[in-house]
Amino acid sequence: MGRFHRHADGTVHDHDHDHDHGHVDHDHEPRDVGDHSGYETGPLRVEVLEHILGENDRTAAANAADFSAAGVAVVNLMSSPGAGKTLLLQRTLEHLAPTTRVGIVEGDIETSLDADRLGGFGAAISLVNTGNGFGGECHLDATMVRSALPSLPLGELDLVVIENVGNLVCPAEFAVGEQARAMVYSVTEGEEKPLKYPVMFRAVDLVVINKIDLLPHLDLDLDVFLANLDDVNPGVRTVLTSARTGEGVEEWCDWLLGLGAP
Amino acid sequence: MHELSLCRSIAVVVGEHAAGRPVERVRVRIGAFRQVVPETLVYCWGLLNDGSALAGSILDIEHVPAVVECPDCGARSELSVPVLRCGACGSREATLVSGEEFLVASLDLTEA
Repeated sequence: MGRFHRHADGTVHDHDHDHDHGHVDHDHEPRDVGDHSGYETGPLRVEVLEHILGENDRTAAANAADFSAAGVAVVNLMSSPGAGKTLLLQRTLEHLAPTTRVGIVEGDIETSLDADRLGGFGAAISLVNTGNGFGGECHLDATMVRSALPSLPLGELDLVVIENVGNLVCPAEFAVGEQARAMVYSVTEGEEKPLKYPVMFRAVDLVVINKIDLLPHLDLDLDVFLANLDDVNPGVRTVLTSARTGEGVEEWCDWLLGLGAP
Repeated sequence: MHELSLCRSIAVVVGEHAAGRPVERVRVRIGAFRQVVPETLVYCWGLLNDGSALAGSILDIEHVPAVVECPDCGARSELSVPVLRCGACGSREATLVSGEEFLVASLDLTEA
């Protein structure tokens, strides 16, 4: 409980409680009752009420404006590590590359491994190593994505996919200037994930349910997963895929193309 | 996991409002739908500010519960699980009215 600031007229600033603290012993110094200027010294409370991520959101808005000016559709793609994001992106590039010019912002904590895997598919790739100069972050924020933009020829692209760092917690909190958010969930992750990571599952417009070729080998009950997902993000769109066999990739790509430019 | 970068963001907001005056206490308001571990945030606050102008400042976290309002029965109910459902009638149309807060609420500045 903090102390408060009392003026000569007895008004007390910025209480967040209705009850009177006037008799609560907050004061550390003995009061000089005989000679006083009418107020107690104490901290001055300053109302702020500013969003913690306000600066990130302003940078995200600047990114969004750049994407919009270039007429590029942008999706922020998130997942846990190992859900199959990068292989799905390879398939996506194979499918889209002939007709759609794709750029990729690749978030990776330390390596260029994912960017290397995506090379050779005709996409423009900008790598952001969050472990070098950005403090080893577990997510991409708007400033990191902004730093990646100069190396993408936005004016020549139709679609930018921002491949976030594999993590179901942190990326969901940081807007990066995307038009839509999607996540890749793999069926090896268990039915309860939407309830354990509700912020991520609530934050997305589309959930890709990947590795469905493995379903015969797993105990996962897909209906239970879908019910959990619907509890957290009612009505969210889903696409069943196997990046390995290519199943569902076309439907996923159709969703991407349907985004259109903002 | 991202508490350290959140602390950096909080410190930026605090710095703008404190404008060089010494800060005694920072109050943040964080909803239940934010994935923040309070103990980690407080730990990171101390770590980040060690040796800075904000060293020794106290970070107070006000937790805001997730509350939904139901358009069908009008009830307001607090969620214990992240499932958007009316606690009174079970309607799935309930909408979140609090729980996504993420604010620096106020500062206490030490008066000279």
